[in-house]
Amino acid sequence: MRLLFITLLALLLASAVGLGLTWTTTTRGTELGTLTIGAWTARPRTGTADIDPYSRATITRNGELPIGTGDGVAFTANADDRKKALDGRCDVLVSGVTPPARFWTLTLYDTKGHLVANTLERYGFTSQELVRGADGGFEIRIASRSRAGNWLPTGGIERYTLMMRLYDTPVGVATRTKRDAPMPAIATVGCP
Amino acid sequence: MIRLLFTIIAGVLLGGVVHLVSVLALPRIATQDAYSRLTPITKLNAVTVLQPAEPSNTLMPYLDPAFATAVCRYDLSGGPIKLTVPVSQAYTSVSFYTRSEVAYYAINDRSAGKKVIELDLMTEAQHNELPEDEEVTSADRLIIDSPSTTGLIVLKALAPEPGLMPQAQATLAASKCNVQVDQPQPKQAEAPIPAPVPAPRGRR
Repeated sequence: MRLLFITLLALLLASAVGLGLTWTTTTRGTELGTLTIGAWTARPRTGTADIDPYSRATITRNGELPIGTGDGVAFTANADDRKKALDGRCDVLVSGVTPPARFWTLTLYDTKGHLVANTLERYGFTSQELVRGADGGFEIRIASRSRAGNWLPTGGIERYTLMMRLYDTPVGVATRTKRDAPMPAIATVGCP
Repeated sequence: MIRLLFTIIAGVLLGGVVHLVSVLALPRIATQDAYSRLTPITKLNAVTVLQPAEPSNTLMPYLDPAFATAVCRYDLSGGPIKLTVPVSQAYTSVSFYTRSEVAYYAINDRSAGKKVIELDLMTEAQHNELPEDEEVTSADRLIIDSPSTTGLIVLKALAPEPGLMPQAQATLAASKCNVQVDQPQPKQAEAPIPAPVPAPRGRR
């Protein structure tokens, strides 16, 4: 009787620990093969055949299609440069320079990866439609209420994810440092 | 007491095994992966243009709303597939995924170097069966080996401004993804060439 109880306990513990770990790693992601530049993180290897098992599990679980390496690379950010989580009720400024790429897009998603509804039907910017300064630099204001210039509405949601995708770019598996891929700065400039 | 401690250690160790097995098995047992989500709305061995990414469209997460997207769900058991994608004004790309969403190949309009992206997709066995002289005469053909018999081809065309989205979708709607029949000569001559495609330039 005692033996049976102990075996059951061990098995129960095993499935709880094992499946719990799997759930956490596929939800939050792992540090395997990540490229972090400022607030931005990319996993260039997910677009190749030598994708790591954790990313594979995450992708199939969430029903995503990773961007192929010959196509481009995707950077995500959940927090600003000071590690403060991106808050849809605050004003966030994305500005500066982008890595060399033929086109890039910046898109705002909720934490599940869906677009956020707004009356403007604006979910992001492409590199072609931005209003730029005289020096070619840009500033995107992410806020819940309308702002002058390049305004990206948040719909007032609490947490969101920014995704910057570079298309036809030399940035990829071989990229290591900020010098090869200077990503724009993210700063929270005001909270109500 | 010692027995309980032993039980806990054994449980945690076994948990590690469970974790590794479940991570490796997930791609095989997932029922909500992209391929399964696309199966009911796409045709086999034909191009289906997807609905534009919108907040109400929760088909797949992290779709780029600046792109028109089309999918060709393929099955190579009936023979190799010929893919023809006219290039849109801004940026066009073709990505290949296996049945379990491994992106094994992707090409964009610039690396294709022509006004039409033309590819032949086949399994390795079909590639080996290909007569050698045919490969020489058709040096222009780009042949891709698929690691799996089934999978997804995702065609994307960029709309740099929202107003250009219909144009990008029309480009993708004109693309073709067909099984090559064994005697393809008359069949291919018949196939209508998409109208807005000028003759390929000499540059490669």
